[in-house]
Amino acid sequence: MQDLYREHILDHYENPRYHGALAQPDFSHEESNPLCGDRIRIDVKIGHQDGRDLIADAAFTGEGCIISQAAASMLLEDVVGRPVDEVEQTDPQHVLDLLGVPLSAARVKCALLGLKVLKSGIKRWKLSKL
Amino acid sequence: MTHDELDSARIRADFPILSQSLNGRPLVFLDSAASAQKPLHVLRAMEEVYRCAYANVHRGVYRLSELATERYDQARAKIARFIGAPDPACIVFTRNATEALNLLAYAYARHFLKPGDEVLITELEHHANFVPWQVLARERGITLKFIPISPEDGTLRLEALDELLTERTCLVSFAHVSNVLGTITDPVPLIQRAHQAGAKVIVDASQSVPHMPVNVAKMDCDFLVFSGHKMLGPTGIGVLYGKYDLLEAMPPFLTGGDMISAVDFDGPRWNDVPLKFEAGTPAFVEAIGLGAAVDYLSALGMPAVRQHEQALTAYALERLSEVPGVRIIGPTDPRIRGGVVTFTLDRIHPHDLATLLDAEGVAIRAGHHCAQPLHIRLGLSATARASFYIYNEAADVDALVEALYKAKQALRR
Repeated sequence: MQDLYREHILDHYENPRYHGALAQPDFSHEESNPLCGDRIRIDVKIGHQDGRDLIADAAFTGEGCIISQAAASMLLEDVVGRPVDEVEQTDPQHVLDLLGVPLSAARVKCALLGLKVLKSGIKRWKLSKL
Repeated sequence: MTHDELDSARIRADFPILSQSLNGRPLVFLDSAASAQKPLHVLRAMEEVYRCAYANVHRGVYRLSELATERYDQARAKIARFIGAPDPACIVFTRNATEALNLLAYAYARHFLKPGDEVLITELEHHANFVPWQVLARERGITLKFIPISPEDGTLRLEALDELLTERTCLVSFAHVSNVLGTITDPVPLIQRAHQAGAKVIVDASQSVPHMPVNVAKMDCDFLVFSGHKMLGPTGIGVLYGKYDLLEAMPPFLTGGDMISAVDFDGPRWNDVPLKFEAGTPAFVEAIGLGAAVDYLSALGMPAVRQHEQALTAYALERLSEVPGVRIIGPTDPRIRGGVVTFTLDRIHPHDLATLLDAEGVAIRAGHHCAQPLHIRLGLSATARASFYIYNEAADVDALVEALYKAKQALRR
């Protein structure tokens, strides 16, 4: 029974990293999963290094199941400090690997909500700069 | 538990799926409000048609087609009797309740309602009885109004009707039993009030026809809809009941074969009710399967079905309220609650709960159950729901409660 809810997942849920809101984000994006009502909002601050845009800081708020919220926490821990272009190409499997537990198809959507929000946010931010 | 005429153990033997195990545990199926399991009688009736009596209906003059047509007509007559309809012609087969409601939104409302007219629904409706009216309102300048609920006990606040029913109200559409709260709304007073205001009434009986005696003639509703798959029947078949004169006055919904009486180069003439609304080859094997489901339920007796579920609901309400952190949503009086028990568990999201329960072989629903506006009104993003049918027994409730304790333990709540 505990398989899905291993210690590190519960830890990310109870003590989420990069949780909250940023004072002056470059972009914010929010989406929800219509099936279950999970909701995640991500704020991102963009920085520059060697001519590349990177995720200088990020923070999320949301409500929903353990999987959706823990996955968002793990995702932000993983992407902060990395180039935007690289983050935008994140393979969904990477998020599932971060979680490291087997998920049923219905729960994969929960796990990937954070990534979906982040990718859509990046896309919209890029469009707004054109 | 109160006196119960149903022999659940014997009933369970008729449902092959219930003898399966899930994750190495016996299946405890508590999601019949979403869709019910099927007894052998239904499976066999459909197989028998495919094996022995299959050809397209209303087509051939040959024997096989006649056989299939006869059985299709018999199924329609059985369903008419089951809900107290005066005439089998008042029974239109659709895909499901959703399609029946869309049929009414298109063929009735779009035809007879004018901009500024009002449609009245309730805050607790399933999306199927919400979205078609929202689309209609946006498209045709029709005003959509809502009968509010009391968030405390999940019942409709019918005193609001004084203000909500106006001379512009043309349609009132409401769920007989809420798929989330289980609230049973006594349809008769509401229908009478709507009729006094000059409005026609649609009853969404998706959660009532499978579970309790329903009589359209006594109710005096103008239309009533339900799905076959929630009442032991197959998927892909639903029912629209309508008063004959209203069905007669309505234009068709979908057009094509089977729904015309003649076509020449000037245009078509419509077939008679109900075939006017059944364009194309209908799901007649499914309709025959639904007829078999109606036979099965009729043999048990709908008052006994209701009594069984009411006793189970009372037991579930009692057992669940003993679990620390459980909050029951909706009426706590089992007499006005269908076999649906919706709840939240403190500090555990319903989705996580459903996953943990699944590992114990207990299948419940988690989410907003296609009733997002209701969840907004309740201030909840999601809930957990256990729902019962004839094959459920007290042991299923015990298994649910035991699994809840295990889930709490697993998440240290």
